[in-house]
Amino acid sequence: MPVLGVTTTVAGPVIEAALAAPVHPAQQPPPADPATGLALYVPLVLLFVLAAGFAIFSVVIAPFVGPRRYNRAKLDAYECGIEPSPQPIVGGGRMPVAYYLTAMLFILFDIEMVFLYPFAVSADALGVFGLVEIALFIITVGFAYVYVWRRGGLDWN
Amino acid sequence: MNVSTLTTVFAQGPVEAPAIDFAAVAPILIVFGGACLGVLVEAFFPRHTRWTWQVVLALLSIGTAGLAFGLYLREFTNPTTTLADRLAVDRPALFLWGTLIALALAAVLLIADRTIEPGGSFVAQAAVRAGSVQDHALNIAPGGTGPAGMRTEIFPLTLFALGGMMVFTAANDLLTMFIALEVLSLPLYLMCGLARRRRLLSQEAAVKYFLLGAFASAFFLYGLALLYGYAGSVKLTDIATATTAGDRSDTLLFVGLGLLVVGLMFKASVGPFHAWTPDVYQGAPTPVTAFMAACTKVAAFGAIVRVFHVAFQASSWEWRGVLWAIAIASMAIGAVLGLTQTDIKRMIAYSSIAHAGFLLVGALALTEEGRSATLFYLLAYGFTTLAVFGIISLVRDADGEATHLSQWAGLAKRSPVTAWVFTFLLLALAGIPLTSGFIGKFVVFTAAVQDGMAPLVVIALLMSAVAAFFYLRVVVLMFFSDPAPDGPTVTVPGVFTTVAITLGVLVTLLLGVYPAVALDWVGPGLAFAP
Repeated sequence: MPVLGVTTTVAGPVIEAALAAPVHPAQQPPPADPATGLALYVPLVLLFVLAAGFAIFSVVIAPFVGPRRYNRAKLDAYECGIEPSPQPIVGGGRMPVAYYLTAMLFILFDIEMVFLYPFAVSADALGVFGLVEIALFIITVGFAYVYVWRRGGLDWN
Repeated sequence: MNVSTLTTVFAQGPVEAPAIDFAAVAPILIVFGGACLGVLVEAFFPRHTRWTWQVVLALLSIGTAGLAFGLYLREFTNPTTTLADRLAVDRPALFLWGTLIALALAAVLLIADRTIEPGGSFVAQAAVRAGSVQDHALNIAPGGTGPAGMRTEIFPLTLFALGGMMVFTAANDLLTMFIALEVLSLPLYLMCGLARRRRLLSQEAAVKYFLLGAFASAFFLYGLALLYGYAGSVKLTDIATATTAGDRSDTLLFVGLGLLVVGLMFKASVGPFHAWTPDVYQGAPTPVTAFMAACTKVAAFGAIVRVFHVAFQASSWEWRGVLWAIAIASMAIGAVLGLTQTDIKRMIAYSSIAHAGFLLVGALALTEEGRSATLFYLLAYGFTTLAVFGIISLVRDADGEATHLSQWAGLAKRSPVTAWVFTFLLLALAGIPLTSGFIGKFVVFTAAVQDGMAPLVVIALLMSAVAAFFYLRVVVLMFFSDPAPDGPTVTVPGVFTTVAITLGVLVTLLLGVYPAVALDWVGPGLAFAP
C-alpha cells in the first residue's frame, strides 16, 4: 500500500492490473517518463542555488569593494513600509492612516496581476474563451476600483 | 531536459471552453450582477438617494433570481453538472437555492427597515471611532434632521454573501466549495461590525468572527489539499471513486476529511466548533444575525450533506462514529448552556447550536430519507429563526434593543400580539406539534432511526426536552411575570419588517399543519448529480 497516496511508478502497472474495474482518469498513475518526474524540477533547484549564491556573494563582497559613508538614511528600513518606531501608543509616534488604504489597494491590483500574468503566458492556448474570462475578471475588479476612486480612496489628503 | 520537453509539459493544446447551462446558473449570475451594480450605485449616486436605489436593486435582484429559478425549475428533469463539472444542478441544490432566495428576500426586508431604528440599524460612518464626539454627532439629530442615514453598502454585501451561499450548496468539487465559502464569509464578517448601537460589541463580534473564520477556512483548505493528495482530484465524485477502490493511504483520507469537517462544522456553528456563535449573534446587528442564522445554516448544511453523501458515503463506516460524538456534543452544548443564558440573542444562538446538532443527526443518515429530512429541517428552521430575530428587533428601550431576559418579563401585558407570535415561534424551535419544528424533528429522527442510529436519536430526544425548557422559560416570563415600570416597549414595525416576520410565521405554521407541500418537493428521487 503506497504511503502518502503517491502511486509510485513502479507499483503503478501492478495496481492497474489488480483493478478489474475501469480506472478513472484522475486515478491513473503518472506516466513513467523520467523527464516529467523529479527531473522537471532541476531548473528550479538551479535557480534557487543561483539566487542564494548571488545574495551571499553580494553581502560578502560589499564590505571589501564598497565605500563606507554612514548616514541616518542608511539605518532606515529599506522599502519595508512605515517606520516601526516610535510606536503610536507607547512611543507617542504617529503613522499616516492613508498608508493602509494604499496598502489595501496595492493588494487589490497585486491579486489582479497574479491572475493576469499566467493568462498572458498562455493566452494563445486559452484562445477567445480565455480572453472573455480575463475581460470579465478585469471588469469585476474594475467595479471595486471605480468604488474606491469615486469614494475618495485615491485622494491622499 | 531540453526545451521541447518543457513545452510538452506546459502547453497542453488549445483549451476547450466549458459548456455553460445559462438557464441553470441564471439565479446566481443575477444575484452577483445585482451585487456589482450595487457597488456602482455606491460609487455614483448621491448619499441621500442611495438607500432607495439599493433597496430597489436588492429586492429586484433577488426577485428576478427567484423568477429565473422558478422558470428553470419547470424545465428541470435530470440532475446534471455545468461549468465543466464545477457546479451540480440537482434537486438538493435547487431546493436549497429556492430556500436561500426566499430567506434572503425576507432578510433584506429586515435589513432595509428604517422604522424601528430611526435611520436604520446600521452605522452611518463605520470608520468613526465608537464613543467619540463624531460618533455621537451621527446619532443625535443635527438641526432636527434626524440621525444620519445608514451605510448602504450592506445591500451589495448581502447579495455577494447570498451568491456565495448559492454556489456553496451546489459546488461539485472542493475547490469551488472553498471559493464559495470565502465569498459568503467575507461579506458576513464586515456586516457583523456595522451596528448603529453598541458599536464596540458589534466590532468585537466582527473581529472574532473574522479571525476564527479565517482559521476555520485554513482548516478547510488543508483538508482539501490532503484529500487531493489522496484522490488525485478535488471532485467529490472522484473522491468517492477513490474511497471505493481502497488502494490508497487511509491516513490522508481521514486526516483530510477531519480537517475538512472542522471547516464545515465551524460555518454551520456545530459544537464544539461553536465558540464564535453566541458572541457574533449577540454583537451583530439583529437583521444581520437573522440573515446569518437562517441563510448561513442552510448553505453550510447543504454543503455538509453534499460532501457526506456524494464523496464519503462508501467510507462512512470509518468516520460516522466520530460525527456521532460531534452531534451529541453540539446538542448537549446548545441545550445545557442555553439554559444559563440571560441575553435573548445569546439564548437563540445556543438554540442554533442545538439545532445544528439535530441537523447533523439528519445529515449523518446517509440515505435518501436522511437527505430529504435534513433539507426540510433547514427550510423550517430558517424561516422560524428569521422571524425570531425579527421579533427580537422590535422589543426596545432607550438604549436600543432590550435583549436582557429580565426586560422581557410581562411582555404579554404590554403587547399581547408580539408575545403570542414569539411564543408560537419558540414552540416551533422547541418542536411542539402543529409547528414546522415538530415535523422537521420527526422526519429527521425517523430517517436516523431507519439508518440504524437509534441510540443517537434517543440522546437527541433527551436534548430536545432539555432545550424545550429554556424556550418555555421565556414564554412563562412573558406571560406570568409583571412588567417592570421602566421596561421596554414594543415598536410597531413598518411594512418591511412586518412582511418578513409574517412570512416567517406563516411558513412555520404552513409547514406544521400541511408539511406535504415541502415534503413532496424533497421527497423521493432526490438524487445528486453524477
